[in-house]
Amino acid sequence: MFSGFMVNTWTVATIVAVVAGMVGFFIVLRGSSFVADAVPQGAFAGAAGASLIGVSTLVGLAVFSLIGALGIGWLGRRSRPDVATALALVVMLGLGALFLSMSTEYAPEIYSLLFGEVLGVSSSEVAPVAALGAVCVAAIITLYRPLMLASVMPQLAEARGVRSYRVQMCFLVVVALATSMAVPVVGALLIFSLMIGPPAAARSFTTKPLLAMALCAVIALATVWVAIAASYISNWPVGFFVGALGAVCYGTGRAWTAWLRTRAVRSNARPLAA
Amino acid sequence: MTAGPGVTAGPGVTAGLGVTAGPGMTAGLGMTHVLRAIVEPGFLGNGPVRVALLAGGVVALVSGVVGMFTVLRGQAFAGHALADVGATGGSGAFLLGVNPLWGFVGIGVVAAGVMEIIGIRRPRGRDVATGIVLGAGLGLAALFLYWGTTFTNTTGATISVLFGSMFVISGSTVPVIIVFSLLALGVVVLLYRPLLLSSVSTEMAAVRGVAVRITGVLYLLAMAVAVSLAALTIGAILSTALLVGPAATALRLTSKTGLAMLWSGLIGVAATWLGILLAYDSFYWPPVRHGWPVSFFVVTLVFVFYLLAQLPPVGRVSGARARRARDGR
Repeated sequence: MFSGFMVNTWTVATIVAVVAGMVGFFIVLRGSSFVADAVPQGAFAGAAGASLIGVSTLVGLAVFSLIGALGIGWLGRRSRPDVATALALVVMLGLGALFLSMSTEYAPEIYSLLFGEVLGVSSSEVAPVAALGAVCVAAIITLYRPLMLASVMPQLAEARGVRSYRVQMCFLVVVALATSMAVPVVGALLIFSLMIGPPAAARSFTTKPLLAMALCAVIALATVWVAIAASYISNWPVGFFVGALGAVCYGTGRAWTAWLRTRAVRSNARPLAA
Repeated sequence: MTAGPGVTAGPGVTAGLGVTAGPGMTAGLGMTHVLRAIVEPGFLGNGPVRVALLAGGVVALVSGVVGMFTVLRGQAFAGHALADVGATGGSGAFLLGVNPLWGFVGIGVVAAGVMEIIGIRRPRGRDVATGIVLGAGLGLAALFLYWGTTFTNTTGATISVLFGSMFVISGSTVPVIIVFSLLALGVVVLLYRPLLLSSVSTEMAAVRGVAVRITGVLYLLAMAVAVSLAALTIGAILSTALLVGPAATALRLTSKTGLAMLWSGLIGVAATWLGILLAYDSFYWPPVRHGWPVSFFVVTLVFVFYLLAQLPPVGRVSGARARRARDGR
């Protein structure tokens, strides 16, 4: 499991998990899960297009996820955000269907783009993923204060002079970058689980934002490591394990919150009974 | 690649293309030329095409009508999640060897139930709950497709489940499609008033005695059925287009809900029929001569209609401004 060809996989997956956890924290905070779902799926079309004209998959993913993210931001300003997201998504997927029909790509390759292929990470992929990951982390750190303020208290942020539209656009670009680095590893359909599951759990355990963000990264790391190990042993697609573990994270978070609540109710009830 | 996303050329299509204009088309030569430039000969006389037109039309109508409330209630993400999760059902059905429609509908209903149970109706945390169901469902889809390709040695399933296969719908599926369509339409028509009221204001609906939760559940089920049907025609991950696109377009055209519903259905049907026609024509288009996928045309047309509706109406710019001001955008 830790033999030579798997080293790249572990490295890339670790970077992806940390970035997905950090970005995911803000996605859940801002309630923009749909965007986190739409950008990777749309980016998949870019990968299909890249293979059609013979450029690197990463370029196709980056171009399409950026177009998609900015399109969502631009359209969302003019109409209902969820409708804008849905339409931007389906247009890109429609293009993806067209590219796929034109290319001579074999179905397994498409499948691995959609659902992830951890065993096929080559050493040439490590450097771009690391670079993109560093950019994402740096952007999140730079944007931290305005993003936090705009997410939690939009009115106050406006009053403080934060341009929420610009912050939104910057954030969408970060989501796009995180997406394009993660898609080749965990797949277009499952990067989403990695961005939603860990934060959904983390925010049940703590209310401190920085702690929650760190917790997100830790849970995402655990999810990815377990998923890769399980996928390596069982030979089942890694996406399945990521999706299932995401649901487990969420369930645990919900159970923890419920337990805290019953405990609070009980400790409140006791003095009354006494 | 054996079965592309545009499994455009069904067995009958190739045969149909060879047929020249029928005897009835000799009259009015000029007109016929124009028509033949737009409509490839043999378009309507072709079995798979006729099934596609019928099934696609019915499905688009239902999606458009049901989708009106999806847009009004801000449930586009839920609709999209139900559609995507349909891929799980489609791949499961493929694995078991049953008609994909049962897979799509079955899993859609189950997913709608789970979403309701884990609290999709509360505005806070609703998108996360939806996302978790979606993620888990897609994970299962990955597993089913993996098993499907491992055990049965066919690789076309991934694409035909995800991107649809309008031209390979079997004629025997059509009655089932129509029954499900009537079910979904029936729910929306019967619940029209309570749905509308609870979409505009939950509190007011509750005060007026509307069972808000049951209404919401029934609507979620109707939506699941509608996207499942659309998954069969334009594919699981594209069926959101028919659900949301025509409805959002219609709501830009008119503010009367009933009228918007009608428009929405009509726009959906127009996009689907035009899409089928273009896909059929594209058989001779470069760069590959096996037809472009129907789904691509349908989705693009839906989006073009939406963009056109975004333009301010000529001579009524001030009206549009007033509307935008009222909507607070």
